[in-house]
Amino acid sequence: MKNIISLQNIVVDFDGENILQNISLNIRDKEFVTLLGPSGCGKTTTLRIIGGFLEPNSGTVLFDGKKINNLPPYKRNVNTVFQRYALFPHLNVYDNIAFGLKVQKLPEKEIRTRVAEMLELVNLRGFEKRGVNHLSGGQQQRVAIARALVNRPKVLLLDEPLGALDLKLRKEMQIELKRIQQSLEITFVYVTHDQEEALTMSDTVVVMNKGNIQQIGSPVDIYNEPVNAFVADFIGESNVLKGVMLKDCLVEISGRQFECVDKGFAENEAVDVVIRPEDVQLIPAEQAQITGVVDSVTFKGVHYEMLIEAYDFRWMVHSTKAAELGSTVGMTFDPYDIHVMKKMKDETF
Amino acid sequence: MKQKLIAAPYLVWMAVFIVVPLLMVAYFAFTDGEGRFTLDYIAEVGKYTDIFVRSIWLAAIATVICLVIAYPLAYILTKMEKKRQSTMLMIVMLPMWMNFLLRTYAWMTLLGNNGIINTLLGYVGLGPYKMLNTEGAVVLGMVYNYLPYMILPLYSVMEKIDKSLIEAAADLGCNGARVLAKVIFPLSLPGVTSGITMVFVPAISTFIISRMLGGGGNLLIGDLIEMQFLGNSYNPNLGAGISLVLMVIILLIMTIMNQFDSDDEKVLI
Repeated sequence: MKNIISLQNIVVDFDGENILQNISLNIRDKEFVTLLGPSGCGKTTTLRIIGGFLEPNSGTVLFDGKKINNLPPYKRNVNTVFQRYALFPHLNVYDNIAFGLKVQKLPEKEIRTRVAEMLELVNLRGFEKRGVNHLSGGQQQRVAIARALVNRPKVLLLDEPLGALDLKLRKEMQIELKRIQQSLEITFVYVTHDQEEALTMSDTVVVMNKGNIQQIGSPVDIYNEPVNAFVADFIGESNVLKGVMLKDCLVEISGRQFECVDKGFAENEAVDVVIRPEDVQLIPAEQAQITGVVDSVTFKGVHYEMLIEAYDFRWMVHSTKAAELGSTVGMTFDPYDIHVMKKMKDETF
Repeated sequence: MKQKLIAAPYLVWMAVFIVVPLLMVAYFAFTDGEGRFTLDYIAEVGKYTDIFVRSIWLAAIATVICLVIAYPLAYILTKMEKKRQSTMLMIVMLPMWMNFLLRTYAWMTLLGNNGIINTLLGYVGLGPYKMLNTEGAVVLGMVYNYLPYMILPLYSVMEKIDKSLIEAAADLGCNGARVLAKVIFPLSLPGVTSGITMVFVPAISTFIISRMLGGGGNLLIGDLIEMQFLGNSYNPNLGAGISLVLMVIILLIMTIMNQFDSDDEKVLI
């Protein structure tokens, strides 16, 4: 599929601070792309560049193959769902949604049909005359989505649109957004700091940190094959340990040697080793290479979360069975659950 | 209960200094010197219709001019950096720190037949023009004195407009002018109405400005009322009657103004 948006070597400085350091990103047509990262990572800045609210200091923004660096927002074929919705308080639901169409001076009849279509799409039929301040958060959210989509943009930009909703509503809206995206067949660029949200909805996840793209990939790839300790730690919880790659498929952690499946490192290279909490199996201490003392046990619903102190490292372990607090347990893991990755240049994440 | 207690001093204050005087004005307006009920004074107000019309007319012109000057100024202010905004606001308010009389006297020396402006014009062979003691001078005095009262409410309303609304409008296809017309202007209406109130009400009842800049020929309602209490034609009952009619007119105008406002943001009169 062709690229609808292409960011090439984008740099943004703000008050002498480097917000985006040379970012390149291709977004394919009809794709659901999520920019994921902690606050201050540059994800919203990236979105604002696509929307036209911010001009990069250097680099090229291509839309459908054409350079649009200097094109103001009102001339771009993209629409935005803003973080706090930014609904017009002086207009009712109908006029909010019709806003873009009225600006385009479309015939009244067409406006009415298209707004009705949108209200149907976001399940808000019958709310036309309501003032936007008399709607719940979830309803305002839907109006914001309808107001953007009614213009039939090629790309919809969403800036943490579900941030203000409660957990249950957020989950519903995640499914709804995905449904809307698939039924309209347009590109969504979605910004969030919530990794679960990113994994649930996206075709492609772009993990960002400190103005850099860390990894681009499908949710499964990002989760199973994180390229570095930052991604591993940000996507789900992880045990990130210091290790040494003794040779291909053999890594040393906490002074013990483990078989793994990773290759291509230098002999005795210092590496980061990531092991997911759910991949750690608890076994009797006498059968294990690594043993530790259970420091805390927390019930999390589906599983127990345990912290196990072993050789100066505090392991997080998820298991459906709880170990006894204060007891000594053994830990083991399968070779393919050990993820070895190159040490990050920048250790502070 | 506690809140009521805290509000009590204010309620007493309002009763003693606002409600009671108002009732007294009404009492004087509807009674003659011996305290008998009469409508004579209210009827007599009709004789001064021309003064009422002139006052409303000049105050309205001054209000419109203030709005035309203040609106773009307030808008530009909100676009400036925060630091420069406060400096500019200081400059706007600076004249307000000077005595009202002094400011108006200054205009007399500027506008007079032998005043500074005419003297300067004389050097280039123009004039002298009659500027002082005209309706124009009165309007100028009103605009000059009351302009800050228009700028400040406009500025404070515009400054509170969520910047993301402006971005949303641009996102939905509005260029700069359209953003102004479709979002900023409707959202600044509460500031417009309160600015109009704060300029129009003092302007319609001023007497210093018309006395000093308008000469004897441009009497306003304020002058008329003052004459009934302090002048040779001492007649407090008529003065009260005129005041009452003026109050009703202002109330009516403000009620009409409020119709343009959204329901939950009524201007307080």
